[in-house]
Amino acid sequence: MKPAIKPLRYDLEIIASWIEPGSRVLDLGCGEGDLLFHLKTTKGVAGTGIEKREDKVAAALTRGLTVLQGDIREEVADYAPNTFDYVIVSQTLQQVFAPVELISTLLAIGRRVVVSFPNFSHWKNRLQLLIQGQAPRSSQLPYEWYDTPNIRVITIRDFRRFTRTVGCTIYRETAINTHQHDRYGSIVHFLPNLRATYGIFLIGR
Amino acid sequence: MSEYAGQDQGGASVGLVAPKSYTFAEPPDPLHLESGASLGPITLAYETCGTLDADKSNAILILHALSGDAHVAGYHRQEETKPGWWEYMVGPGKGIDTNRYFVICSNILGSCMGTTGPGSINPQTNRPYGLDFPVVTIGDMVEAQRALIDHLGIARLLAVIGGSIGGMQVLEWAVRFPERVRAAIPLATTMRHSALAIAFNEIARQAIMADPNWREGHYHGNTIPATGLAVARMIGHVTYLSDQAMRRKFGRRLQDKEDFSFDFDAEFQVESYLRHQGSKFVERFDANSFLYITKAADYFDLEHRGGSASAVETFRRAQAKFLVVSFTSDWLYPTYQSREIVRALKKNGLDVSFCEIAADCGHDAFLIPNARLTSLISSFLDRVTHETGH
Repeated sequence: MKPAIKPLRYDLEIIASWIEPGSRVLDLGCGEGDLLFHLKTTKGVAGTGIEKREDKVAAALTRGLTVLQGDIREEVADYAPNTFDYVIVSQTLQQVFAPVELISTLLAIGRRVVVSFPNFSHWKNRLQLLIQGQAPRSSQLPYEWYDTPNIRVITIRDFRRFTRTVGCTIYRETAINTHQHDRYGSIVHFLPNLRATYGIFLIGR
Repeated sequence: MSEYAGQDQGGASVGLVAPKSYTFAEPPDPLHLESGASLGPITLAYETCGTLDADKSNAILILHALSGDAHVAGYHRQEETKPGWWEYMVGPGKGIDTNRYFVICSNILGSCMGTTGPGSINPQTNRPYGLDFPVVTIGDMVEAQRALIDHLGIARLLAVIGGSIGGMQVLEWAVRFPERVRAAIPLATTMRHSALAIAFNEIARQAIMADPNWREGHYHGNTIPATGLAVARMIGHVTYLSDQAMRRKFGRRLQDKEDFSFDFDAEFQVESYLRHQGSKFVERFDANSFLYITKAADYFDLEHRGGSASAVETFRRAQAKFLVVSFTSDWLYPTYQSREIVRALKKNGLDVSFCEIAADCGHDAFLIPNARLTSLISSFLDRVTHETGH
């Protein structure tokens, strides 16, 4: 009755590789629990997911995961300091209203926080703005200005500056370039802020 | 809840089940109740389906709500057309799969479906207890169930599952006997009644007590307080539905007529429906049991349980894995009350999952066939079974 393991999205694969076996993980905006399921089955991780949508919560629960339906902001407030080894916010930060408060809370409840986000300063975005004079749209940012859930514009450089503002340490940092429904990708070493579609950071107090 | 039974007769069924009973707390060892009173002997009516494993690790206790009984699934007689009250959930290959699990359901203490309650004979007077029956609590109900589980030789339950007042018993099990519960599934429930819930219960009780046939609870051998009990049921029934469900089911439609008749007959469909539910209920339920069980629900409060200052403190004892489920249109125990349970569990570092199912049918949603609820329960049980190494 074990559900089949779907191949992970490329950025989730990178994140998964950072998580130590047997650790306690909180995944914010876990969707159908792809990452948590992978971590649970391959690394024996004790994971909890938080997801807003009922259908996704139900799908994740059906895979035998621990999931809470709710709003990220409210749900994280209930945990005691150091409840988790890792708190993961993958591709969600750009949709958060109060990022400073959220990241500060996460740094308290988790020993380490993993943050991934679409890099708005990717050259294609820059070109769209420069040449066409329109708000960037791409496979990572497929929305119009009027229907986008992304209310924060984050670049890799901006996030580094943000960590200084919040007063936390960057323990790891990877920039990636993904293609084909984000299934495949590569790590970007040269000019990441220009060439990477996503930034992934491991931060801590 | 019985009006939903029979909605799912298409699938497989556990088939014939035999009503059983267990008597305990016989003199000189009565059950000591939370009120300080003691009660005995106590008979619990119960039923089981499925087979208990050799190591007795696959037992699931199902806790019923206000008006339920031990007959959770299957049929008592071959010719019966109406199955148990949770037939859609319990049976071979169903959400609670009787091919895998041993399912136990007992009628709650204070009820009238075979378990000792105010309608039972008081051994001291050889007459029905009536209001001489001591007030029982959710904790007392669970204490009685524990005696049954002991009797069945089960050290640890795989899961306790129940909705509404059954959900209160689930929560009580998890804090009263933490080491005996691996998984807890409270559905459409609360850890303490709101003023709104107490208010509706009080109106329902007043309807019974205002019926001249109630006679301070000593109506046995006389006319029963049928009108009061029927009205009580009508009130309860409204709280189990929702605005949306009632608009869909009845709207302002008239029953068997085109125009108003300008009198006080049941003209609107909703009136006729409620009257029907009320009179059906009177045939099967005891008015005093209604008083006792609603009172037990009103007293239930996990925030101030046994000297606790908060729900967080109460749940400190709990060990089970939890699956908490609420329904969007439940206005008797709205989702925020389930979230309060979830919050207290989280603050204790317990393994808790929560899902709010979109359903327009109100509090009764857990009794109505629901594919999502079925899959949530079955996968949660599957997971707990695997994680406990069986």
